[in-house]
Amino acid sequence: MRYETVIGLEIHAELATKSKIYCSCSTEFGAAPNTHTCPICTGMPGTLPVLNKKVVDYAVMAGLAMNCSITEYGKQDRKNYFYPDLPKSYQTSQFDQPVCQNGYLEIASENGPKKIGITRIHIEEDAGKLIHDDLRGYTLVDYNRCGVPLIEIVTEPDLRSAKEAKCFLETVKSILEYLEISDCKMQEGSLRCDVNISVRPAGQQQLGVRTEMKNINSFSAAVRAIESESERQIDLLEAGKTVIRATRRWDDVKNQSFDMRSKEQAHDYRYFPEPDLVPIVIDRQWVSRIKNSLPELPDSRKKKYLSKYGLSDADAAQLVSSKKISDYFEDTVGNGASPKLAANWLIGEIPKLLRKKGTEEIPFCAEYLAKTIQMTEKGSLSSSAAKAVIEEMFDRPRDPENIAKEKGLLQINDEAAVMAFVEKVIEENPQAVKEIKSGKDKAVGFIVGQVMRYSKGRANPQLINKLLKDILAEK
Amino acid sequence: MRITTEQVRYVAALSKLKLNEKEQQRMIEDMASIIAFADQLNELETGEIKPTAQTLGLFNVFREDESAPSYEREVMLANAPEKDDGCYLVPKLIE
Amino acid sequence: MKDFTVRELGRLLHGRELSALELTKIYLDRIAKTDAVIESFITVCEEQAIKAAQAADKRIASGEKGALLGIPVGIKDNICTSGVKTTCASKMLSNFVPPYDATVIKKLGQAGAVMLGKLNMDEFAMGSSTEKSYFKKTKNPHLLNCVPGGSSGGSAACVSAGLAPFALGSDTGGSIRQPASFCGTVGLKPTYGLVSRYGLVAFASSLDQIGCFTRDVYDCAIVLNHIAGHDAMDSTSAPFIVPDYTNGLTDGISGKRIGIPKQYLESGIQPEVREAVNKAAEYFEKAGAVCEECSLPLTKYALPAYYLISSAEASSNLARFDGVKYGFRAENCSNLSEMYETTRSLGFGEEVKRRIMLGTYALSSGYYDAYYKKAQQVRTLIQREFADNFKRFDILLTPTTPTTAFEFGEKADPVSMYMGDICTVAINIAGLPAINVPAGLDSRGKPVGIQLIAPPFCEQSLLKCAYAYEQTAGFGFLQPEFKEGI
Repeated sequence: MRYETVIGLEIHAELATKSKIYCSCSTEFGAAPNTHTCPICTGMPGTLPVLNKKVVDYAVMAGLAMNCSITEYGKQDRKNYFYPDLPKSYQTSQFDQPVCQNGYLEIASENGPKKIGITRIHIEEDAGKLIHDDLRGYTLVDYNRCGVPLIEIVTEPDLRSAKEAKCFLETVKSILEYLEISDCKMQEGSLRCDVNISVRPAGQQQLGVRTEMKNINSFSAAVRAIESESERQIDLLEAGKTVIRATRRWDDVKNQSFDMRSKEQAHDYRYFPEPDLVPIVIDRQWVSRIKNSLPELPDSRKKKYLSKYGLSDADAAQLVSSKKISDYFEDTVGNGASPKLAANWLIGEIPKLLRKKGTEEIPFCAEYLAKTIQMTEKGSLSSSAAKAVIEEMFDRPRDPENIAKEKGLLQINDEAAVMAFVEKVIEENPQAVKEIKSGKDKAVGFIVGQVMRYSKGRANPQLINKLLKDILAEK
Repeated sequence: MRITTEQVRYVAALSKLKLNEKEQQRMIEDMASIIAFADQLNELETGEIKPTAQTLGLFNVFREDESAPSYEREVMLANAPEKDDGCYLVPKLIE
Repeated sequence: MKDFTVRELGRLLHGRELSALELTKIYLDRIAKTDAVIESFITVCEEQAIKAAQAADKRIASGEKGALLGIPVGIKDNICTSGVKTTCASKMLSNFVPPYDATVIKKLGQAGAVMLGKLNMDEFAMGSSTEKSYFKKTKNPHLLNCVPGGSSGGSAACVSAGLAPFALGSDTGGSIRQPASFCGTVGLKPTYGLVSRYGLVAFASSLDQIGCFTRDVYDCAIVLNHIAGHDAMDSTSAPFIVPDYTNGLTDGISGKRIGIPKQYLESGIQPEVREAVNKAAEYFEKAGAVCEECSLPLTKYALPAYYLISSAEASSNLARFDGVKYGFRAENCSNLSEMYETTRSLGFGEEVKRRIMLGTYALSSGYYDAYYKKAQQVRTLIQREFADNFKRFDILLTPTTPTTAFEFGEKADPVSMYMGDICTVAINIAGLPAINVPAGLDSRGKPVGIQLIAPPFCEQSLLKCAYAYEQTAGFGFLQPEFKEGI
C-alpha cells in the first residue's frame, strides 16, 4: 500500500533582544553557568515579571512577514509543569490569544509553489539548561538561558515530505535572519524544532495517529528524523499494529527515536491567564508602525533579482538564501558593479575563499569588490588578476587599485606599448608569421602566447589580437 | 459532588505531593466538602459573562529592552540546597 | 514608657526628646520581655535595627524631616527582606534569606523606618488564625487563649501588644482586616495595584495586596503615604498619582452617603457585631453622613469564588517550591521525582497542601470551565455589583468579621474556618480598598471591628470616614489589659 506522510512543525526561535523577556539580565550566549541570572529569572519568591516590549515588536514582525493576522487583544498564560530547568515550575507562554494567528508561507515543492499554513506564533520564555553528570548520578542546572525570549511558530499539518519540511525550515530561517530578530544558530540552540508526524494510506482523508519528536538540532537531523519516523509508523501499520500517540526523543547519533514515557504525566498543563502580567493590546497604529519598518524580505529580493537584474532563478535563489551575501550583493551593485558579474563572484569565487580562509564574514567592504569588478569591466584587470586582487583583499583589505599597482597586475591597454611587444615577437618568429599567412590559425595562439609571456600576462589579449591582425594585413 | 480516590491521586501527582492512606482519605473528604461548597456557583447563570483575571483593567505594561548587570553567582546560589561548579545540583532524572 | 502613635513618636524624635536609637532599644527590650508570651515575631533583627536607628539619628541630626524617620516597624514574614530570613512561616522556606528587598521595604528604608523583625503568620498566608504557622502560635493580646486572627496574626498582635507602633501585613481575602478586628487595631487593605507587590511572596497574585496595621487612622494615612505608589517592577501596579492621605483627613464627612448592605448582617453574625455596625451608622449620621440600607445579593457567592480563584493561583505560585533553588529539600532522595514529592510533602503544612490540591483540581483538564472560569465570571458580576452600589454610595459599612476572636483549635474543619472570611473576601475579589476600625469590646472583652469599603483608589475618602468614626465613637486604640513587663 502507498502511504502519505503528514507533518506539522513547531519551531522555537530565540529572539535577538539584549535583555531577557521579563528581566534585564543579558541574553548573551556562552557565559559561565548562572552568571546571567537574577531573582526574577530564577523565580525567587516575591519576584514579578515585566514584559520586554521588543519581544512583542519582534513577534509582530515575524507575524507580518509570515502573513499572519495580528491579535488585537492578546494575553499571556502560565503553562504548569515540574522540571528542574523551569525555576517557577511554570512557563509563561500564550495559550488561546497568541500575538499572531492564521498565516502562511510559500515554499517551492516538487509540484511548484505550495502554501504552508501557520496556525500561530506566540511569545514565551526559554528554560534553563541541564547538564547530566552520569558518573555521579547528578544533574547540574544552569539558568542563564532561563527567560531568554522565544517565539514559537506552529504550522498546520500541511507538509508532506522531509524535503518540504526542510525547505520550510530554510524559508523560516532566512525570514528571521532578514528581519534580524533571531540569530538562528542551531548549534547554539537559538533555533529548534519539534516535529509532529503521522502517516495514512494515500487518498485517506482522516489523519493518522501522530507522534511528536523533540530534540532536533539541525535541518538535516529533521530530515533524518522525519524519514525514520514515517518509516517506523508505516512498518507498524503494515504489520497490522497501531501507532501510539506519544512524545519521542530523536537521537541523531543512533539515528532513531525513543519514547519519552516518563517525562510528564499526562499533558495536563493547567493553562490559566498569568495574573502577574496584563493583556497585550496591539492596535492598528502599532501594527502599521511595524509594517512600515519591515526590511525587504528574501522573496521580494529574489523577484527583483530576476526581473530587474536578469539573474537566473538558480543564481537569484542562491544569493537570497543568505542574508549576509544578499546584503553584500546589494551593496556591491549599489556601488556601481554589474549585477551579473557581482552575482558570479558572490556565488562562485568568494564563497570558495570564505571556506578556504575559514571565515563567515567578507573582510573587505562591498565598495572594493565593486571597484574590482568595474576594473575588469573597463579592462584594466584580467579575470585572473581580479582573482588575485580579491584573495589579497581577504588577507589585507585595501583599495584594489593599489593592490593591482603594487603587484603589477594592471592590464596594459596602451596600444603603443602592446605594439612594441607584438612587433618584437613577429620579428623573432618569422616562421610563425608565415604559417599564419598560409591560413594556419594555430600559430595566432602561439604569437599571442609569446606576447603575454613578454608582458608578464598583462597585455590586453583583445588588443594583441587586433594589433596582430592589423600588422599582418599590412604586410 | 463525589471526589474519587483516582481523582485525588491524579491531582496529587500533578501537584507533586505524596499522600499517605490517611492523608488521602482526609483529602477526599475535605475536597468533596469544599467542592460541594463551590458548586453553589452553579446557581448563577454566567453564560456569556467575560471572566475577570485582573480587576484593574491595565494593559500594555512594558519595559524597554535594556540589559543590566546580573546578580553575582555566589549571591544567587547562596540559598541552593546543593550546588557544584557554579550550578544548582539535583538528583538524576529518570527518563 | 506609654504607648505612642507614629505621629506622636515623630514629634518626640524631631523634637529631639528621644533618639531613634533609644526608641528602637525600648521596642527591642519590650519584644524580648513580652514576645515570649505573645509570640508574634519569627525573627527579631536586633543588630540591623540598631544600625538603621543610628542611621536615622544621623538623618534627623542633619535636619531631615520625615514622618517615618526613626520609627520602628514590624514586617509580615512573607515580605522579602534582603539578608533577613523570609520564611512565610513555612518549613519550606525556614532557611530562605532573600538577596533582595521588596519594594515596600525599599520605600520604608528610604523613609528611614527601622525594621525590628519579621512577624508570624499562617503558612504562606493561608489561614484565618495564624495557627497554621510552622513555627509558633501567636496569642491574641486581649485574650491569650484566643487566636489573633490571620493570616497576618503576628502583625496584628505585635501592634496590639505595643511591640511596634505599626506593622505591614498582606491581605488576600481578609488577612489584614480580620486580625486587625480580632486584635483591636486599625488595618487597611488598599486598592489592588496601589501598593507594589514586588517582593511579597505570592499567595494569589490577582488578590494579594500589602497593607498596614496602626494604632489609629491618622497613622494609617501616614504609613499609606510611604508605601503607596507606582512601581515599574510590578506590572499590576497602577500608574496612580498618590495624594497626601493626611490632607483633609479631619475635614469631616458631612453629606457622605453610606450604604449598609443587608446581606452582611444576616445569619451567622454575632449579635454584638451587628449591634456595633448599627451603632456605627448612628455615629456616622451624627457626623453628618447619610446612611441607608442597600443590597449586595451576590455576597454569598464571593466565598466559593474566592476559594477557587485563590487556590488555583496558589497551586501555580507555590509550584516553585520544589527543593531545587532555595528553601527546604528532603534528604536522601535517589531521583528527581522522589525529591520533588518528598520535599513538597514534608515542606508544606496540611492547609497549604489542601489549597494546592483544590487549586490544581480547579485548573485541571475537564474542570477548568466549571470551576476556575466560572469563578472568574462570578468575579465580574461581583465587581459590577459593587460598582452599581458605588453609584449611590461613597462608602459601604459592614462588619469585618461575623464574630469576634475564637479560641485556639475551635475551628477544625476547613469550611467552617472559611466561613469566617465571608465579610472580607468579596472586597479582594473586586480589588477594592477597605479598612477595619476598632468598634469597642464584646461582653467577653474581645475587640469588635467594623469594615468600611470604598471604590477603587478612594482611600482618601475611606480614611476620612474611618477617622470621623474613630473621633465620634471615641473607642480609640483598644488597649489590651495584658501588659507583662512593660
